Amino acid sequence: MASSSSYNSPCAACKFLRRKCLPGCIFAPCFPPDEPQKFANVHKIFGASNVAKLLNELLPHHREDAVSSLAYEAEARIRDPVYGCVGAILHLQRQVQKLQKELDEANADLWRYACSEIHQTVAGVSLPPPPPSPLGPRSTEALPLPYQRPPSFEYSPGSNLSSEVVVEGEWAHYSPPPLQLPNYALPQNDNPSGN
Amino acid sequence: MNSTRCAACKYLRKKCPPDCIFSPLFPASDPQRFAHIHRIYGAGNIARMLQKLPAHLRAQAAESLSFEARCRIEDPVYGCVKIISQLQQEIFMAQSQLAKTLAQFQVFCNSLSIADPQFQHAAEASSSFIDQGPRSNHL
Repeated sequence: MASSSSYNSPCAACKFLRRKCLPGCIFAPCFPPDEPQKFANVHKIFGASNVAKLLNELLPHHREDAVSSLAYEAEARIRDPVYGCVGAILHLQRQVQKLQKELDEANADLWRYACSEIHQTVAGVSLPPPPPSPLGPRSTEALPLPYQRPPSFEYSPGSNLSSEVVVEGEWAHYSPPPLQLPNYALPQNDNPSGN
Repeated sequence: MNSTRCAACKYLRKKCPPDCIFSPLFPASDPQRFAHIHRIYGAGNIARMLQKLPAHLRAQAAESLSFEARCRIEDPVYGCVKIISQLQQEIFMAQSQLAKTLAQFQVFCNSLSIADPQFQHAAEASSSFIDQGPRSNHL
């Protein structure tokens, strides 16, 4: 990551903030001048001073990843001002649950057909239970996720309106926008987070 | 008139007006919640974001912001994005496993249908599942 705090190329942050990009600018390595929207989004949601504080608390080799994740969160929040990244988490949780159910059903079908052949040839033998899922014995209720959705936190189009609330205008039928965020791949070495 | 200040006004050491935007969302009983949000986003940014939303959506917005702030404090590098990445991985693994299981099922049914025509239907059904192909992980 070449520093862009040269005299002829301020970083995207300093350009946005209309200030001199000094050598050692904390934003320069992570906000190159050719990605102005990245800083604009991050600044809109978090604020430049909060981002600087966050980055100052991290080791230099963690800062690029931190900025990537902040930019991802900022973009999610701009697209969906109500749920932000949490909307994506809820959507993915439901996908995981659905897939787990399909996988359990497919395994059960496979086991049932396999056992039916045995049953046909050996009369009176009761079918054994299907083997545990290859993904592990967890159930859909035991997903190890830190976000426990409160009962009122329904994520589905139109369901976040209380039946007692009368809303008019453009927010009357708010539904979270279609998810268009790219996959977020953690780096392979997956450094421990924090300082 | 609020007889007690909300958690935000208490934290910011100012008067809590009757129309305080934070008051319904950050009760004094949970001061830590506002402290976390303020640390990551700043009170001004939060107020601005909430003001742009209609009143009936602000509670959910505050809840999701609070969650994201907590995740960022616990994991300053990745925040809640790590959860998204892990879920995407889980989905990919589950889809791969499902495709593998359906392929095994089809092989099994094909071999049975040769021996016994009553399994022909099962072989055709699993074949149509596999033909759909793996779904994209793209959100």
